[in-house]
Amino acid sequence: MKTVKKISKINDFVIRFCNVNGSGSASANNLFARAIFRLGIPVSPKNIFPSNIQGLPTWYEVRVNEDGFLGRRGGIDMAVAVNGQTLFKDYQELLPGGYFLYDSTRELPENFTRTDITPIGIPLTSLCNEAFSNPKLRQLLKNIIYVGSLSYLLDIEFDVLTDSIKKQFQKKPKLADPNILALEIGFAYAEKHYRNSCELSVRRSNKLNGDIMMSGNSAFGLGAVYAGATVVGWYPITPSTSVVEAFERYANRFRVEEDTGRHKVAIIQAEDELAAIGIVIGASWNGARAFTATSGPGISLMSEFLGLAYFAEIPVVLIDVQRTGPSTGMPTRTQQSDLLACAYASHGDTKNVLLFPCDPKECFELGADAFDLAERLQTPVIIMSDLDLGMNDHVSAPMEWKEGRKYDRGKVLTAEDLENMQEKWGRYLDVDGDGICYRTFPGTHPTKGAYFTRGTSHNEYSAYTEESSDYEANMKRLLVKWETARGLVPAPRTKINDPACKTGLIFFGTSTHSTYEAISRLAKEGRVCNSLRIRAFPFHEEVLEFIERHEILFVIEQNRDAQMRTLLINECGTCRDKLQSILNIDGLPITANFITECIRNASLHNTVEPFPKQYSTGEKS
Amino acid sequence: MSYRRPGFRHPKQPKNDAGYTRADYEGAISTLCAGCGHDSTTNAIIQACFELNIEPHRVVKISGIGCSSKTPAYFLGRSHGFNSVHGRMPSIATGANMANRDLLYIGISGDGDTASIGMGQFAHALRRNLNLNYICMNNGCYGLTKGQDSATADRGSSGKRGVPNPYESIDLCELAIELGASFVARGFSGDKRQLVPLLKAAMAHSGLAFVDVISPCVTFNNTSSSTKSYQYVREHIEATNTFDFVPLQQEILTHYEEGTSQEVVMHDGSIIHLHKADSSKDVTNRLKSVNNLEREKEKGRLLTGILYINPDIKETHDIINSTLRPLNSLTEEDLCPGSAALEEINASLR
Ligand SMILES: Cc1ncc(C[n+]2csc(CCOP(=O)(O)OP(=O)(O)O)c2C)c(N)n1
Ligand code: SF4
Repeated sequence: MKTVKKISKINDFVIRFCNVNGSGSASANNLFARAIFRLGIPVSPKNIFPSNIQGLPTWYEVRVNEDGFLGRRGGIDMAVAVNGQTLFKDYQELLPGGYFLYDSTRELPENFTRTDITPIGIPLTSLCNEAFSNPKLRQLLKNIIYVGSLSYLLDIEFDVLTDSIKKQFQKKPKLADPNILALEIGFAYAEKHYRNSCELSVRRSNKLNGDIMMSGNSAFGLGAVYAGATVVGWYPITPSTSVVEAFERYANRFRVEEDTGRHKVAIIQAEDELAAIGIVIGASWNGARAFTATSGPGISLMSEFLGLAYFAEIPVVLIDVQRTGPSTGMPTRTQQSDLLACAYASHGDTKNVLLFPCDPKECFELGADAFDLAERLQTPVIIMSDLDLGMNDHVSAPMEWKEGRKYDRGKVLTAEDLENMQEKWGRYLDVDGDGICYRTFPGTHPTKGAYFTRGTSHNEYSAYTEESSDYEANMKRLLVKWETARGLVPAPRTKINDPACKTGLIFFGTSTHSTYEAISRLAKEGRVCNSLRIRAFPFHEEVLEFIERHEILFVIEQNRDAQMRTLLINECGTCRDKLQSILNIDGLPITANFITECIRNASLHNTVEPFPKQYSTGEKS
Repeated sequence: MSYRRPGFRHPKQPKNDAGYTRADYEGAISTLCAGCGHDSTTNAIIQACFELNIEPHRVVKISGIGCSSKTPAYFLGRSHGFNSVHGRMPSIATGANMANRDLLYIGISGDGDTASIGMGQFAHALRRNLNLNYICMNNGCYGLTKGQDSATADRGSSGKRGVPNPYESIDLCELAIELGASFVARGFSGDKRQLVPLLKAAMAHSGLAFVDVISPCVTFNNTSSSTKSYQYVREHIEATNTFDFVPLQQEILTHYEEGTSQEVVMHDGSIIHLHKADSSKDVTNRLKSVNNLEREKEKGRLLTGILYINPDIKETHDIINSTLRPLNSLTEEDLCPGSAALEEINASLR
């Protein structure tokens, strides 16, 4: 029988925890990922979870990478398989040379015959039952025991784990003891039975340079507090719910009046997404900063109102945490598939400003900028996040806020402005030539500045009209505003690795990290590529320049229909043949392996296979 | 009403205590059909605001879509107005009210706008008790889309097309009471003497005041077979107790005999005197209020007046415990935690 060399690596591996939803595995797995982080090693955990509260399979994939590549790599070096339902599949998916940690209270069935992996049996259930009598605790501590075993197997400093536990249970020290005991039990068992079995290891490092670990949704929620949002209308939907939860948590901390105990926010859980965005529009129209958070189905429901906001020119900040298609099930998996729905959301001629953050720092910063942009441009601004970015913890550079930063409230007339005004004010009159007009808020002045807001049928003075010429002039002015937006939105991040190189990669959002990793690998093979990370729509001038200077461009996205490519062709008038697609639609974050392979094939065989070959396991070769 | 308003106004038009003439509460010229009930309702709103000495620029008018929803253009031309999308007036009003609790919010809707497409938003604005004067101009049909039956059309009633409505109708007032409304009234656009004080009482109320105004559509639903025609309503109207509305700071000139009148003190100190002609028509009790409506309906009568009132319950801002200051007046100093706090947060995430 052929024996395969064990995978042997320091600070560079992928471990996948295979659990049952609702079994308390999240906190154990989180404890593991945080320990790696605290040891100064870049790490990225990703939840792959079902639309379910209890009982269905759930995975937690942790990538450890000293070089700081934190996208998904592809392939599993070690599985911690404690879910009977998926045991065999999890077993099969392990890379040759990998490690299979399982609960050996029961023996593995006969068909578990791989000889190219190292099985590590820890009798989690029986160890747990021997040590603990409380059935509820047993359930949770079984997971902690495997973390203890991993601590031995992977050389994770034990104190880092116990410190985390102590910190976590600061307020309930009684609970810390059984957790620490569970860690010890797991550690001792592995030490006794699996001495020197595992050649993956973790070694303290200093690669984090002050980085933080946070989810994109929390970062956006905090950004909205910093940006001065006061009104939120929302309707629960995974994966966006935790945006509002985070906002509320930070608002409870920073926005309570000391003297009255009253809150400087109004958060309304609406009856649906139509009402949620209606609340945002009403509040913004009346001069408060407001936002809502949703996902694809909510975007569909909000479409009519987005059009109204576009035509009536009302600021809206909306974060779309994208997920897969309609209904429930796969929709709790990640995707970047609402691009066209958002860019052109609504009826009539509409185009909306989109922002594409790629990590928590950008969720915070672009999130805060979105409020300035929305008010400056008096139009909807949609932040295109996704489940991967929103709900997983990411290592990210720390968030920054310039002390004394002022909010850009855009063109708003005060009572004094109105009083001193010589010429006649028109709500939709472009006096500066940038397509943006001055607005007023209700209650500002006793006799001046009141106007009647409607969708389309208004002239420059906001009077009712159905004159074609008025409509046309207004629609053309909105295009002038669109050009103004192009100059205001964040520029892309361009990397020209070789000025003579004719191949460019275009990507955005959560494809960023895997793409950078692919670029680095390809460079080592002598295939240099330039790259451009899009950060906003309308496309910045730089995007057009980048496309023009290259002969072939790979547009990397996580949707089936190449929506970004469509937008680029449509908006930049580029030749379609130049733009090749690399597409991932399995509901899991795109991997570096897949991107590398696609580009390699393209340059070897002159063909691009836009989709990964194999979907059954969610793995790409 | 497509009438020409006279260009000349008498220079000595009477002013109210706030220093405004009635003309200061008017809006653009109506483009609705001549005789449309909505125009009379508009006039009643103008009259109520004038009599209550409301400063026009402190009012916000918000509507959905429909002939009825066009009316905010025709009253209070000095107020900000917002003609939004079909059935969604309540959410715009909610957002606007959250942004600035200090203004008076008038929400205008139609029966199509409220009882069909907007039913969800109607229900939820009620249960949150948003501080809003929700006026539904109810004509039993969709005027703007040319006369289809609406969900408030009575079973058997038929408009211009002559086809009797086969479906059960929705009584918005009954529903409002059941959904937790704190002020519910019904008026008739053809009875200004009752409608103006009803609207005034609604405006004095803190919380959601729902006023269902039967407001006939002369073009599509004023037929002899329609139960929302002028004639039918006039013949079948029944009032709850008559009442007097005494705004805050107005001297009470009338004296009521002990036991003949019930006094309801509104949030702002205004007082409503309900005259107890028929003591069974207690409108401060939810159960009785619903019974009153059902009983009159059984008799084939349409009950109008104040149908239910509860001046003591909290409006949305107080339910969510938001600041007394208008949220839209808060600045960076009030809202932004600053860079030092962010440093602390960063540190806690390491
Ligand atoms: C989403 C949407 N669907 C349909 C319409 C068409 N529409 C305009 S007004 C209206 C009905 C209005 O009826 P009602 O609210 O009773 O007002 P009325 O005109 O009778 O005063 C409809 C269906 C629309 N504007 N928007
Ligand atoms: S169609 Fe009916 S509701 Fe519309 S304006 Fe004419 S009369 Fe009024």
